Amino acid sequence: MHLRLEARTEPSRLARWLSPLVATFAVLVIGFVLFAAMGKDPWFALYTFFIDPVDTRYDVGELLLKASPLMLCAVGLAAGYRANVWNIGAEGQLVLGAVAGGGVALAFHDSTSPLVLPLMLVAGVAGGMLWAAIPALLRTRFNANEILVSLMLVYVASLVLSLLVHGAWRDPEGFNFPQSKLFSDSALLPNLIPETRLNVGFLIALVVVGVAWLFMRRSLTGYQMRVAGLAPAAANYAGVSAARTVWLGMLIGGACAGLAGVGEVAGPIGQLMPVVSPGYGFAAIIVAFVGRLHPVGIVFASLLMSLLYLGGEAAQMKLALPSSVTGLFQGTLLLFLLAADVFIHYRLRVVRRPAPVAHGA
Amino acid sequence: MTRYTRRNALAALGAGAATAALPALAQTKAGEPLQIGFVYVSPIGDAGWTFQHDTARKAMEKALSGKVVTKYIENVPEGADAERVIRELASSGNTLIFTTSFGYMNPTIKVAQAFPKHKFEHATGYKTSKNVGIYNARFYEGRYLAGMVAGKMSKSGVAGYVAAFPIPEVVMGINAFTRGMRVTNPKAEVKVVWVNSWFDPGKETEATNTLVSQGADVVTHHTDSPATMQAAEAKKIHAIAYHSDMSKYGPNAQLTAVTHHWTDYYTRVAQSVLDGKWAPDNVWGGLKEGMIKLAPFNKVVPADVQETVNRAEAEIKAGKLHPFTGPMKDNAGKERLAAGKTISDGDLQKMDYYVEGVVGKLPSSK
Repeated sequence: MHLRLEARTEPSRLARWLSPLVATFAVLVIGFVLFAAMGKDPWFALYTFFIDPVDTRYDVGELLLKASPLMLCAVGLAAGYRANVWNIGAEGQLVLGAVAGGGVALAFHDSTSPLVLPLMLVAGVAGGMLWAAIPALLRTRFNANEILVSLMLVYVASLVLSLLVHGAWRDPEGFNFPQSKLFSDSALLPNLIPETRLNVGFLIALVVVGVAWLFMRRSLTGYQMRVAGLAPAAANYAGVSAARTVWLGMLIGGACAGLAGVGEVAGPIGQLMPVVSPGYGFAAIIVAFVGRLHPVGIVFASLLMSLLYLGGEAAQMKLALPSSVTGLFQGTLLLFLLAADVFIHYRLRVVRRPAPVAHGA
Repeated sequence: MTRYTRRNALAALGAGAATAALPALAQTKAGEPLQIGFVYVSPIGDAGWTFQHDTARKAMEKALSGKVVTKYIENVPEGADAERVIRELASSGNTLIFTTSFGYMNPTIKVAQAFPKHKFEHATGYKTSKNVGIYNARFYEGRYLAGMVAGKMSKSGVAGYVAAFPIPEVVMGINAFTRGMRVTNPKAEVKVVWVNSWFDPGKETEATNTLVSQGADVVTHHTDSPATMQAAEAKKIHAIAYHSDMSKYGPNAQLTAVTHHWTDYYTRVAQSVLDGKWAPDNVWGGLKEGMIKLAPFNKVVPADVQETVNRAEAEIKAGKLHPFTGPMKDNAGKERLAAGKTISDGDLQKMDYYVEGVVGKLPSSK
């Protein structure tokens, strides 16, 4: 007797709704056991992880602030993933967005013009697109694998940033430390809620998510991209250009990641530093899949991911748990969420067979 | 543009501190332990920069047992997250907070403004305010002694240096090491490989192997992991550890280690807060203050070498010897210090050149 995964003829509606609930339940059980084994009160630990990080206005601001770049990167990536375009390099595109936007901020450091900020945003988008254009070009021209190229460019991007903050863009009054000047007020995103760090970047992210939804659901191009992802041969037969799909998929991802990058440096960071993202571009890949590549799902998934980051900090602070344990718990949750989704398209079958004849098991 | 150093920046802010210090006194209620928060840039692990800070945190908690309670958050990226973490520590009652990495400087200053009655201590930065003090150690003093050991022990006369980022602190260490090495071997050369990371065991190992293949038979590092030590052990050459004593990773390789010690400082700061006497300061302590020490020598280091180094250590402690005393040239031949002149702290903190004896060109120096 053994278990076998069997493809369903059509996705199960029940499993679709049940999957996140089952995953959450499984995680709670695991968390309970894990925290109890560490000698912590499991109820208090779960409270610390999921409620404590959002129980004040400032905390909610932080939740949304941290969710914004994740949301942006993930929604851009999802557009590509739907079309089978595998952009793994959102982190690099984010960094280039930060470099381009930050470059504008530094170039107009003394300006108080209200145009500085819009110009920075445009530059950020352009920077991200430029970085994404490289794998798109290599893929469409030379059939180079976009997964590898976009991934490798992440490291190049961080070296570009490093070069600038160690050299040309280093704050002349900063004792040769690798940081740019602090941006002037005209280069910072306006605050949204007083006494928090939440800024207009969050609204921009929501608008982008809305536009992405319209694009994927309501536009012909979006439809063609989805078809190209589901049935490449059919799309080809219908005259959808594969190269165009690759270009669109990469550029949308790059634009969104670039916007996220400039949002970070014009928001909570306020200057260029050697590291501008704690891996948002990579985390966004998980967010995109936990959100099932759907814009609305991605909004929730990015909030969850953000909550997990904050919960991990709260657990360190309140429970004195090492960061590796909080990381373990975060990983478990994401694993269950993704694993439970398998049951939407597959069912588990118990297969009884007579004892195998010639094969030795 | 006014050239400003850490010291006169502090002086400018000092006036504000004097008036602000008074109302800030009565904040720890009698009998309640002082809550102290620590922010670490990497996981604690069992050697390295953060490990030394955490060792000091525990020792301080023990020394002031019952009077202080500490909390820490490890692995906090420099950037947007730091501000939130520092603020969370502040708002959850930690009235004294140590932020232990350079990249926490601006976030620390920002949070300190929002919590004017809290006290903040930032390591390795240069901005202070009425409730932010800064502290750092004169690591270069230990580096100089390490260089002297290397000069005596190296047969090839070439030392390898695995370095993280070309910031003044790291450059200062390379230069001090080189000057120390040239005291005991005037022809010695130091080769540097930059790994562009504070913690990347893979790259650190590769860098060490590269240096060995370029003729280095003693290596040292300004990175966080014991990888350099382990690689040296594997290659059967000598190494000098940094941050922590790493002899357990290289029992044969480690000649000595330049180690960091924050316990006394943390205990003193916490005590001064308990006494209501804390004021923002700019502390830069070295061998004399016990912030920097040399780990016990490996038995392969001959007694006369040990003696020479110990004598130099005593002279530095007594203020009779400074590793950067002229004549000193950079490695392009330009004179940086005239004979008999000693470098100022301000110039030291902006060091952006290699001294004579270091091979190669400093990245991104103009």
